[in-house]
Amino acid sequence: MTTTALKTKTTAPETSIDRDPKSRTILGRSLKSLLFHGVSLALIVVVMYPAVWMVASSFKPSSEIVGNAAIWSSNFSFDNFVKAMDGIGGVSTLQFFGNSLFLAVGSVIGVVLSSTVTAYAFTRINFPGRQLFFTLMIVTLLLPFHVVIIPQYIIFQQLGLVDTYVPLLLGKFLGAEAFFVFLMVQFMRNLPRELDEAARIDGAGHVRIFVSIMLPLMKPSIITASIFSFIWSWNDFLGPLLYLNSPDKYPLPLALRLFVDQTQSSDYGAMIAMSVLALLPVLLFFLIFQRHIVEGVSTQGLKG
Amino acid sequence: MTQTSAPARRAKSGPPLRNEKSKQRRAEARTGYAFLLPWLLGFIVLTAGPMISSLYLSFTNYNLFEAPKWIGFDNYANLFQDDRFIQSVKVTLTYVVFGTPTKLLAALAIAMLLNSKRRGQGFYRSAFYVPSLIGASVSIAIVWKAMFGDAGPVDQILSFFGIGIGGWVGNPNMTMPMMILLTVWQFGAPMIIFLAGLKQVPAELYEAAEMDGAGWAKKFTSITLPMLSPVIFFNLLMETIHAFQIFASAFIISNGSGGPAGSTMFYTLYLYLRGFGDFRMGYASAMAWLLLIAIGIITLIFFKTSNNWVHYSGDEK
Repeated sequence: MTTTALKTKTTAPETSIDRDPKSRTILGRSLKSLLFHGVSLALIVVVMYPAVWMVASSFKPSSEIVGNAAIWSSNFSFDNFVKAMDGIGGVSTLQFFGNSLFLAVGSVIGVVLSSTVTAYAFTRINFPGRQLFFTLMIVTLLLPFHVVIIPQYIIFQQLGLVDTYVPLLLGKFLGAEAFFVFLMVQFMRNLPRELDEAARIDGAGHVRIFVSIMLPLMKPSIITASIFSFIWSWNDFLGPLLYLNSPDKYPLPLALRLFVDQTQSSDYGAMIAMSVLALLPVLLFFLIFQRHIVEGVSTQGLKG
Repeated sequence: MTQTSAPARRAKSGPPLRNEKSKQRRAEARTGYAFLLPWLLGFIVLTAGPMISSLYLSFTNYNLFEAPKWIGFDNYANLFQDDRFIQSVKVTLTYVVFGTPTKLLAALAIAMLLNSKRRGQGFYRSAFYVPSLIGASVSIAIVWKAMFGDAGPVDQILSFFGIGIGGWVGNPNMTMPMMILLTVWQFGAPMIIFLAGLKQVPAELYEAAEMDGAGWAKKFTSITLPMLSPVIFFNLLMETIHAFQIFASAFIISNGSGGPAGSTMFYTLYLYLRGFGDFRMGYASAMAWLLLIAIGIITLIFFKTSNNWVHYSGDEK
């Protein structure tokens, strides 16, 4: 059985199923297909188990969560979600959602603005030092964030900006997330130069060309950058952990941590329900923008 | 309209003067810097400046409230006497060395399984990608902790197969496998990149090899692996750098303590505890710079050795 499985793997790339010379018979073809789906489905079950267990547990009473590998329960109810919506530390969960949303939308706006403008400078304008700055930008792609967090914290602390959203958003507006600049540069390089050259001859300046020719053409990469900056901001933990002190400003990941701290393991149900709620927008995003996300990963190497 | 009017207009104005040309070039440069300004500002204020000042801080004693006191290489010297620091290096290296290759092997194997035109391929690909999307979140860390806890679902399932380990979270010997499983679970992102790479391999190569009587192992080692090597290189580099920076999961699972017995004291977690728990900012800066140097050296090694094992086919760039 293992050898046939391996064969399915290696012969798969070179031929489409319809004209596979190795499986001339209908029986052979459907046997291979069966194997492919069998193996894939078995893997899906394993890979998806933690997520399914989480969602199922969020509907179970706390006493049934710990020490229960089963998915099904006869005591399904929405109690955990009702409790989770109450929030923690005197702040409602709706407020945490609002905070997360504010930060994520702010990030998207900042990232899209700064990365498109920067990419335009790198790909369409000639100025001394361009190559040097581009190289520096590429180097920052590999730079671990932890090298700069302490001085950054000191700067924001001295400016009295700790416990505000400024430290979390400023970098997005200043193109500090080099991944997105790089994404835009790659995309812009492939746009035909004839378009903006024609506009230049017509007397349009760089601002005009950028706004009315480039931006509309950048739509696919803008969508990709928006999706990823939203999700990254939504899941970010270290940034808010460093900069936010008052619970009413917490985004969801930080609220979750507060929840874990204060309830310990006594109320697993509400804790897991809140975890599910925190992931819901990300999963929703994925369902809607699946194609864009998968394409973004495969062409740009963007991480989830 | 543009095509016809443009040459006419140019002809009317005649060849531009030299002076005018350099003026134009200067105007162009000004516009260039205007467009680059946000990024340049961010680069100076949020990246280059902080890097230089963290290098300076790493040679000082600084607690955020009193002025930094110059102490030379003391921080660096003390680090190597610090058991918890040594532990954090060990924990992180173990995680990187075992976690990253395992994750990439899983990604490659499943990418090869999915690389066919069968129906449902798109669905499987998306489903396998979901963990990459949510795996580093606080939510999943909480779930992981619950699943691998005492008498948790994982223990139950393993006990069913006769493997009695007990809770993983409280057992210093089992926390590392648990953390590695969490990263391996997120094989979807590199898998998608591998899939894109596999699609680029020309089918003729396999056909030719088959005609020469090559089996699947031969085809794998002499076609798939070399053709895929640029993608393997990219994935290995990115995943390795990424793995060094694991934070949220370790923080949540250990309640910010790096326990039990320091078994989840990851480098970044210790850096955080020193810098923002004890406000030993100089000490933490020294840690940050050692991390940067380590990642720099590893990146360099990857690039230097890549000539020997990464094959770029002729027509690609």
